[in-house]
Amino acid sequence: MALELIKGNTAVAEAAMRAGLVSYFGYPITPQTELLEHLSARMPELGRAFVQAESELGAINMVYGAACTGLRTMTSSSSPGVSLMQEGISYISGTELPAVIVDVVRGGPGLGNIAPSQADYTQIVHGGGHGEYHLIVLAPASVQEAVDLTGMAFDLAEKYRMVVCLLLDGFLGQMMEPVVMPDFQPVRTTPPEWAVGSPDSKERVVLTSINIDPPNQEQFNVKMMTRWEEVEKNEVRYKGYYLDDAEYVVIGYGTAGRIALTAVRAAREQGHKIGLLRPISLSPFPTRAVDELADRVKGFLVVEMSNGQMLDDVVSIAARRVPVDFYGRMGGMVPYPDEIANAIIEMIQGEHDVNADGRAKWLAKMRELVGTGE
Amino acid sequence: MTEADVKVVYKRPIGLTDLVTHYCPGCTHGVAHRLIAEVLEEMGELNNTIGVAPVGCAVFAYNYLDFDFVEAAHGRAPAMATGIKRTLPHKTVFTYQGDGDLASMGMGEIVAAASRGEQITVIFINNTNYGMTGGQMAPTTLPGQKTSSSPLGRDVETQGYPIRTAELLATLDGAAFVARRTLHDARGIRMAKRAIRTAFEVQKQGLGFSMVELLSICPTNWGLNTTNARQWLAEHMLPYYPVGDFKVSTAVSEMKIGGN
Ligand SMILES: Cc1ncc(C[n+]2csc(CCOP(=O)(O)OP(=O)(O)O)c2C)c(N)n1
Ligand code: SF4
Ligand SMILES: [Mg+2]
Repeated sequence: MALELIKGNTAVAEAAMRAGLVSYFGYPITPQTELLEHLSARMPELGRAFVQAESELGAINMVYGAACTGLRTMTSSSSPGVSLMQEGISYISGTELPAVIVDVVRGGPGLGNIAPSQADYTQIVHGGGHGEYHLIVLAPASVQEAVDLTGMAFDLAEKYRMVVCLLLDGFLGQMMEPVVMPDFQPVRTTPPEWAVGSPDSKERVVLTSINIDPPNQEQFNVKMMTRWEEVEKNEVRYKGYYLDDAEYVVIGYGTAGRIALTAVRAAREQGHKIGLLRPISLSPFPTRAVDELADRVKGFLVVEMSNGQMLDDVVSIAARRVPVDFYGRMGGMVPYPDEIANAIIEMIQGEHDVNADGRAKWLAKMRELVGTGE
Repeated sequence: MTEADVKVVYKRPIGLTDLVTHYCPGCTHGVAHRLIAEVLEEMGELNNTIGVAPVGCAVFAYNYLDFDFVEAAHGRAPAMATGIKRTLPHKTVFTYQGDGDLASMGMGEIVAAASRGEQITVIFINNTNYGMTGGQMAPTTLPGQKTSSSPLGRDVETQGYPIRTAELLATLDGAAFVARRTLHDARGIRMAKRAIRTAFEVQKQGLGFSMVELLSICPTNWGLNTTNARQWLAEHMLPYYPVGDFKVSTAVSEMKIGGN
């Protein structure tokens, strides 16, 4: 297997092609644009559909249409564009359609900046659109993992007829790493039985997210939630590092998780029994793994490139059994391993107060460190 | 009567289900549905068509038009149709949209689809208001026209001017066929059918984007009976929204329509 040096965005684009992508619809936005640019050349080359849409609203609704054919479709964007897509994501979910969305997260809120961030956790994991629905959310920490999860994203989308989001950050999108690309999968070009335009459906097919009678809508939502229970049972993914004898555990995903690993290794070298839990599926969240750790370790440190959006999930699982410290950088700032290593030491030497508010402690520190600019 | 004496002059097209529609009595949404069903039947396209329904009174168009259908978010039908058509280029794909849906919420999507020369057909129902939500002002509401959200009549100084959608889209090079017709009388309906046929033929022959704007009545929200509503359309809408072909590309003008 040949290793190739590829940029994260380009690698995901190529991996999607190899996973049998039939159509792509997108709109330029940094730090995601290479993904769109790669496909603008490659898709037509292989006779597949590529449209640069008029907006992210257009793009997601083109995906909505393409998803109604049941054939592999995808869009990609970055935070402000994904905010615009939320309408369509809700509709696609409400119509039970498979689709893949790549969000290469950047600093915000508002126009923010083009630097790496993880501040889309809440809008992606806890749903930015209206109504009750869930996305499967996969968060890689390297270009190779992004490539591997891209193929899996399409499989999961089809298996559960759901939207799967590949949540990257600007760092992963822009970084070049050596990767092994997967082989080309056969491309399905005939719509499955449930889709529009299928030669196999016995009756005409109508795909809609409307349920005008509330009892029907409620029943549909029960069905969707039952399916989600299945997803929670089958599709939790995470990686544990040094957890066996860990007394304290750092929890971080994606780029933050990767940087945290460097800090954890450094702390290990100093003799501290530290482990790392790196969620790969942010939704479904590795709740059981965190729950079990909360029974046997002395403390958690959540590390994110946001104001602690995953932190809220960890706090609720920990349920005051262990203190949950927090270290985050915001607005496109990326933490150095040293900063996380310091936070680890502070956790170990801290008060171990399970009632302490990890975010408030961190914010007080941030006011010292970076100020408020006022 | 012998069998030879019986001649069927009028029957339900096979593209229409036998449901009673939810449209108000006299509403021309039903007429537009029928014309689409007749045209697609005549073209032998019923089994090859995918419709995109709007948000508006025609939200349940797929209950009456009996072929594959999807339901778009408000205004986004042209984008959704693009996704379908690009994925399944041999299918006939059309959107059915009201004036609030197309000319207000979805103006971005329709302009982009037309300018891309997207190979889809758009049936556009202009009834000068938001029928479904109770007759509020639409981009097509005429100057001075009273609606539930312009109770004193549309004041162009503060509420702007109506949009002539067909004329606007006709300026785009990607648009191959753009026409306006009216559904207020029998002659208008016959002409509307021919334009709808042309529009679908344009798509079938891959000549580009096609749209037919259909002037429609909304007796309920206009507060008029059907007869008066038709008359109101003729008196007030036709002068502002003239019937005509606003874009016929060279390829379309040379197009041959099979079986006609
Ligand atoms: C995002 C969004 N905004 C508003 C609405 C409410 N809404 C439903 S139908 C409609 C107007 C439809 O008017 P038009 O397109 O003219 O269709 P008509 O009913 O007149 O045929 C509106 C505003 C909606 N469904 N979705
Ligand atoms: S409200 Fe108007 S457009 Fe809607 S069905 Fe009734 S008459 Fe037709
Ligand atoms: Mg209307």
